Amino acid sequence: MQKYSVFSLIKNALSNHENWDLAWKDPTPKKEYDVVIIGGGGHGLATAYYLAKEHNITNVAIIEKGWIGGGNVGRNTTIIRSNYMYDENALFSEFGMNLWRKMSQDLNYNVMFSPRGIINLAHSDAQMNVYARRGNSMRLNGIDAVLLNREQVKEIIPMADFSENVRFPIFGGLMQPSAGTARHDAVAWGYARQADSMGVDIIQNCEVIGFDISAGKIKGIRTSRGEIKAKKIGLCVAGSTNILAEKLNMTLPIETHLLQACVSEPVKPVLDNVVTFGAGHFYISQSDKGEMVMGGDLDGYNSYAQRGNLPTLQHVLTEGIAMMPFLSKLKMLRTWGGIMDMSMDGSPIIDKTHIQGLYLNCGWCYGGFKATPASGWTFAHTIAQDRVHELNAGYSLNRFNTGHLLDEKGLGTKTWIS
Amino acid sequence: MLHIKCPHCGMRSQNEFSYGGDASVKRPELGKDISDQDWNNFVYNRKSLRGKHWELWQHLAGCRQWIKVERDTGSHEIFKTLKAEEEIS
Repeated sequence: MQKYSVFSLIKNALSNHENWDLAWKDPTPKKEYDVVIIGGGGHGLATAYYLAKEHNITNVAIIEKGWIGGGNVGRNTTIIRSNYMYDENALFSEFGMNLWRKMSQDLNYNVMFSPRGIINLAHSDAQMNVYARRGNSMRLNGIDAVLLNREQVKEIIPMADFSENVRFPIFGGLMQPSAGTARHDAVAWGYARQADSMGVDIIQNCEVIGFDISAGKIKGIRTSRGEIKAKKIGLCVAGSTNILAEKLNMTLPIETHLLQACVSEPVKPVLDNVVTFGAGHFYISQSDKGEMVMGGDLDGYNSYAQRGNLPTLQHVLTEGIAMMPFLSKLKMLRTWGGIMDMSMDGSPIIDKTHIQGLYLNCGWCYGGFKATPASGWTFAHTIAQDRVHELNAGYSLNRFNTGHLLDEKGLGTKTWIS
Repeated sequence: MLHIKCPHCGMRSQNEFSYGGDASVKRPELGKDISDQDWNNFVYNRKSLRGKHWELWQHLAGCRQWIKVERDTGSHEIFKTLKAEEEIS
């Protein structure tokens, strides 16, 4: 594989950039693989990469219905954080933060990781107490957390509405300084390029039609490009999890919902951090191009449409304008939607299933992108060793039966309520 | 925007409604022995497929009645609405 560096850039500039190698191949599916990963998004590509890198399993195929990185890894708002209260979520996410910090070097691909800090705004004394508790929990798990008072928040984001007579005055906030953003497409492409170079077949435009199972063991899959045998199969299909689960006669604690995001026209640098509104569901950051990147609530009903509806967008942006009034002056450049695998407790599932050789990775709700490296790493471990790693032991499918839920927000099973 | 035909009030904008989830889920009958699995299916497990989906909505900013709506989760097309007490045929 060609190494990307300033020297290779100069060398290829001299030949008008016409001699770069393809970043990954377009192979014909083989008859059989050791492991097949279904879903060529961030998590699937990362899983294949860590299978090859950490477990030396390279006879691997990634099966993708569309094109790699065309789903949620290309549709998110690029936020990376580990500001969780529960140990399971905090330790898993912080493990991921450490992978993010070295990802560009690890993948030889600039993922533009930018630890610019995330601030969750608080709008009442009670919310400040909750944030203090979460911040303390984070610090006990070795994660940086700073509780900011109103004046400290004002110093960092003076453009927010600090007037006295607003419905949701800013009391302060909880900041994770090491959180940030990364270039989402680069994450998919970086993992794809490295996985491909280690022998993984990335098979695009290949839809899974069915599964071959006999005596409780997975044998392979039927696809639009023929049958493929595999000893182990990993499902990494986010919003399409329920569709594949039906083919497996499984009913999962997952609902598929639509989440929108949007960007404004580009403006000069105004916002250094990621900021979330505490009295609703709205978050904002500014991209390197200057666009304000925003998102918030689910559309609120089960949906597979990868496009949004206006009432939700209006509601979300109303919150945004309440938080930062200058946003009302901006023109909207683009809006889009993706389909989320909303789990019943808001936490993911990375586990084995009752079918031997079939592994499940789903339930990422709003937080799939930041989990990409940790999800890939632990899922690769679970598949390779046929047992869960302690980092994803809490993310078992069985927790819904035993009552060991990880309901970070205490919302219960109404996945569409934020 | 969705337009939902409330069986009590007629065609109204989505803004007047709030969502209530899968209408095909049935609470296990009281006083009968049920397995943990039955209970899990009621509380947590959902089919949530692409295509026709019967779901509950409440006409919150209208008559406040719960209704059943048959909607396509891919195209968002609404085929049929029923009063809460009417059985899905």
